[in-house]
Amino acid sequence: MTASSARTAASGGAVTQAARPVLARAASKRNRWQGARTVARYAVLLIVLTFCLFPILWVIAMSVKLPGEYMRNPPVWIPENPTLVHFQLVMPARGNLALKNSLIIATGATVLVMILGSLAAYSLARFNTGGRHFAFWLLSQRMMPPVVLIVPFFLVLRSLGQIHPALGLDSHAALIGLYTAFNLPFVIWLMRSYFEAVPAEIEESAQVDGATRIHAFWSITLPLAVPGLIATGTFAFIFSWMEFLFAVVFTRTKAVTLPVAISGYSGSQGSNWGQASALAVVAMVPVFALALLVQRHFVRGLTLGAIRG
Amino acid sequence: MDMAETATRTPVTRSGPSLATKRRIEGWLLVLPAFLLILGLGIYPLLSSLVLSFQRWDLQSQEHPFVGLANYRDALLDVRVWNAFANTGLLVVGAVALEFLLGLGLALLFVGDFRGKRIAMPILILPVMVVPVVVGLTWTMLWDNQFGPINQVLSWIAGHEVNIIWLGHRNTALVAITVTDVWQWTPFMFLILLAALSGVNPELYEAASLDGAGWWQALRDVSLPGIARVIAVVILFRALDAFKIFDLVFMFTQGGPGTSTETISWYIYQLGFKFFRLGYASAVSYIVVILLTIIATLYVARFLRSADT
Repeated sequence: MTASSARTAASGGAVTQAARPVLARAASKRNRWQGARTVARYAVLLIVLTFCLFPILWVIAMSVKLPGEYMRNPPVWIPENPTLVHFQLVMPARGNLALKNSLIIATGATVLVMILGSLAAYSLARFNTGGRHFAFWLLSQRMMPPVVLIVPFFLVLRSLGQIHPALGLDSHAALIGLYTAFNLPFVIWLMRSYFEAVPAEIEESAQVDGATRIHAFWSITLPLAVPGLIATGTFAFIFSWMEFLFAVVFTRTKAVTLPVAISGYSGSQGSNWGQASALAVVAMVPVFALALLVQRHFVRGLTLGAIRG
Repeated sequence: MDMAETATRTPVTRSGPSLATKRRIEGWLLVLPAFLLILGLGIYPLLSSLVLSFQRWDLQSQEHPFVGLANYRDALLDVRVWNAFANTGLLVVGAVALEFLLGLGLALLFVGDFRGKRIAMPILILPVMVVPVVVGLTWTMLWDNQFGPINQVLSWIAGHEVNIIWLGHRNTALVAITVTDVWQWTPFMFLILLAALSGVNPELYEAASLDGAGWWQALRDVSLPGIARVIAVVILFRALDAFKIFDLVFMFTQGGPGTSTETISWYIYQLGFKFFRLGYASAVSYIVVILLTIIATLYVARFLRSADT
């Protein structure tokens, strides 16, 4: 904003005398417009921030209200006697297991997808493997609604479960595999853009000096791509952490994740909101912490790098 | 074939495959694990559900006889399929249109630097980072007609008691789902559009303003054409994503009252895992796949190819 108006002023200096009054009038009009814009901006900002924050604060408040407060009409906004009783009840009952499952599954899927995805992305970035069409085909894999795949997955997992229960329905491995596959296109696409940002010449010069390609990749390209690796891994983790459809279809009791545990409370008006909200807070807060970490990479991450931000 | 060609052309002085061939093999080896996983967990299920869609496959029958196109015929005559498509269509169009307009408006207000931007941005992005099931739980509590604050606030505004049972009727439930989706996803639109707007060459605005263009003309003739491609991509992304809507339906209404708020994802889920009509569910899935492929292809041809030039 400032830079552009400075540039306007500079170019204004170059125009002829005759054009000056016109420009001055335009400038004062612009100033008035900008004053109004500032006021409007802060007014809108206030409304929008309230709208964004209110539901989040509401669920946090619900998690520390006693039933007498959250089942009152008109509703109580600020908890009068904050309590941690819901956390104390819900965590041993089902929260700890769900939290553990969510951590195992999201971490497992993230590690796996980052290894497979980075290798493929490196290949696409350096060797242009399969060309442009292959890259787009990969991306298009994410466009399919997951619901169209649940029936065949269900049958496959059921047969796998007959081979070994740890591979079948209601197992960690099943969800880890599914999340890995579903995050792969996105990870490849993103990591490719990070690898492309590392000049091939650096790597080649190392190879000229006698390093093998694997060594050059390991000691030069990979360290330079670490910020991208962290950002992409964080996104993969968050997506796995949030996923619900597969989790609710393919788990029963043992491998239930946090979203599935929370969904168990749907349809129970009032009575269990405290515990449900406590569980929701447990699911929500880690994502916020991770999101802070990757804020800078948001635009790229949320669009799978399709729009270079 | 390419590889064989390259190999024959390799000078005889060297033994073994040429460097180019080696690079190509190396490239494919790195992609292979990811490729196989996508093939196994993306393509195989799609093919197997194609086969299933021609079979009668339900709990009662031990065999799965081929029934030709019967499942497809039934699906096209199924009122619940049409109802689910209609609901999904309404939600996609309503939510994405609102998200785009609000996101664009916000982005126009926020482009450039101003005091407080660094604090406001992370808060604005928060809704995207809330686990969708938690969004569902939170807004169930917000929309609640007795204990939720939405009716309370509406009562303040209206000046008399407002008691809308939001999730108890089809139309109000669809409004509730739309508004909730808008809450979660407008920040996404905003973020992408803001990044795109910030990338428009400022000199174009100067040129426009020297030509006497006002704010509206600058928006119409400079900003929007400058970000047309990003708009096309981001709307496609959001629409494909909104089409999958499942979590909110699960948490809000479970498709009810009756079947009035069923969406495609919800109905397929019901068919598969409540009624165990796996063949029929696959046929409905395939109709979705075909429909989405056609729409996405037409969309890309119409908006992305033309915006390319």
